[in-house]
Amino acid sequence: MTARPKLAVWKFASCDGCQLTLLNCEDELVPLAGEIEIAYFPEATRAVVEGPYDVSLVEGSITTPGDLERIHQVRAVSRRLVTIGACATSGGIQALRNFADVAEFRSVVYAHPEYLSTLDRSTPIAAHVTVDFELRGCPIDRRQLLELLAAELTGRRPRIPTYSVCVECKRRGSVCVMVADGTPCLGPVTQAGCGALCPAFSRGCYGCFGPQDTPNTRSEADRLRALGMGEDQVLRVFRTFNAGSEPFRQESRRHEPQEQPQEQPQEQPQEQEVTS
Amino acid sequence: MDTRILTTDGLQALVDALQTRGFHVLGPAVRDGAIGFGPVREVADLPAGWGDEQEAGHYRLRRRDDPLLFAYAAGAQSAKPLFFPAQEVLWRARHDANGVHPTPPDPEAGADGPVAVLGVRSCDLAAVGIQDEVLLGRRYGDAAYALRREGTFVVAVTCSHPAATCFCGSMGTGPRPGAGTAPAAPYDLAMTEVLDEHGHRFVVEVATERGGHVLDEAVRAGAAVPAAGPEDLAAADDVAARAAQAMGRQLDTSGLKELLYASAESPVWDEVATRCLACANCTQVCPTCFCTDVRDVTDLTGALVERDRVWDSCFGAEYSYIHGGSVRASTRARYRQWLTHKLASWEDQFGMSGCVGCGRCITWCPAAIDLTAEVAALRHDGGGRRDGP
Repeated sequence: MTARPKLAVWKFASCDGCQLTLLNCEDELVPLAGEIEIAYFPEATRAVVEGPYDVSLVEGSITTPGDLERIHQVRAVSRRLVTIGACATSGGIQALRNFADVAEFRSVVYAHPEYLSTLDRSTPIAAHVTVDFELRGCPIDRRQLLELLAAELTGRRPRIPTYSVCVECKRRGSVCVMVADGTPCLGPVTQAGCGALCPAFSRGCYGCFGPQDTPNTRSEADRLRALGMGEDQVLRVFRTFNAGSEPFRQESRRHEPQEQPQEQPQEQPQEQEVTS
Repeated sequence: MDTRILTTDGLQALVDALQTRGFHVLGPAVRDGAIGFGPVREVADLPAGWGDEQEAGHYRLRRRDDPLLFAYAAGAQSAKPLFFPAQEVLWRARHDANGVHPTPPDPEAGADGPVAVLGVRSCDLAAVGIQDEVLLGRRYGDAAYALRREGTFVVAVTCSHPAATCFCGSMGTGPRPGAGTAPAAPYDLAMTEVLDEHGHRFVVEVATERGGHVLDEAVRAGAAVPAAGPEDLAAADDVAARAAQAMGRQLDTSGLKELLYASAESPVWDEVATRCLACANCTQVCPTCFCTDVRDVTDLTGALVERDRVWDSCFGAEYSYIHGGSVRASTRARYRQWLTHKLASWEDQFGMSGCVGCGRCITWCPAAIDLTAEVAALRHDGGGRRDGP
């Protein structure tokens, strides 16, 4: 029998929720441990098996100079590097700093800001090193994680669709909350993966899985306004866990109060690229 | 024609007779703020006194001040998932030291017996007819679909309250079962719900021998199922005639195929693409869309392999992905593909239109895109054809 592939789980700026999804696999953890050697996973065990690792799961975004250094080390010891969750794939909720002045936050929040070493932007892992696959979600979906690991083990492409949440919503037989109830929902612009959880409980989608493969955020924003949302609310729904993803970032920018013309000249060329 | 009268008690006797025969009876039910499908054990399970209000991107249930059981238009989903489920296992196999052992799924697993569908509208009946042609009428039939369709008992209903999004009249599929010009799936009984000075009753056309036998069984169980009188037939005709007049939308089908083919480069596609969310809702509620993805999955150990078939949509980027990228990268190309297939190339492929005029793609589009308005825009644009090819 060949040696089991070695799995490492790394954490950057994040809440640990995606790593917990791995621990929450419960019934599948034993068979998983039979197929794969959990070599580095501080959330679960202090035992460390030396690298290199066959598969690294990376949670969290890059927010400090230390992170910047460490992600390159992680890449160097990983044959395959898979990022998990909204932080690692788009910068996470902490990417809200990208729209503001971090120096100002620092001075307001910390008694001794001089002890703090932080970057002025929260960025996804793929902005710094080559990433082999990105698993979306805040948090990631347990079934998708198992599918990803099964695919890694057999050397096949994981079945992770990039279409909208609406496809999963209809597949499970839910009634559209936007059409039948007038509830604002990001499902049409959000990637599937959660199983359309919120609409199944009559809530609109919050966009946890980030933009779908062809997101028409401008039309979505028109619909949200038609359902009664103000500009400030439209800005906020696009500026949550995946605020740093390019389509959501650009859409939220369009709904900013107009008194910030200094940002406009830089932004416009990028906007045109995507919408043309 | 053998036409009889059922009261609501008689309808209950019909449901009982179907259940006695071992049918799993399904019919319209109020679910999550819309009309869907649910099990019908009693007439009380049906949406008595409910109506609906539909517009592009808008659906609301409305309380009515009468006891009518079928006084609403097409519901959130058609009969499609009953026979063509959103997800199904095609086969499984186990892999061990002795080789690979396929285990074909038991098609009866999880089924509650053959299905009797109560209250199928004529638009949806036409759609089942189209799916029968697409999935069974070609060289290799879909075995699982055939099994689910086999023996299905259909109680069709005349649509008495079309919505503002309905245009079955334009497509020749309704509003009365059997009266359309388009081909439709067969039915055993077709009822028209009537409420007038003679009372609340169902005028039932017996279309098959089996349908007649089921009504006879209801009679033997004590129900009164008299023959319909001239005033009953006139009342039923009147319901259908008024419904035909109440159709909320129209689609001009003259030269439609040629119009779509001539419109390949129309600027209308660019305009609709600014609104289209590429969310795929239209294809997921369409009663005739049949596109699927076949997925091979393995478990963690690699010992269990499964081939699944799931509904897919031409609005996703992965749908047209081949080596090198997606054939239809833009939303413009995807909307054009969908509409052109539905209204034009479907005819070349299957000898019929792919649209039954149920209006679901209009109602359930979160961006309120209206197929009939887009076709009108293409006509106005003159097919987009400029000089030259």
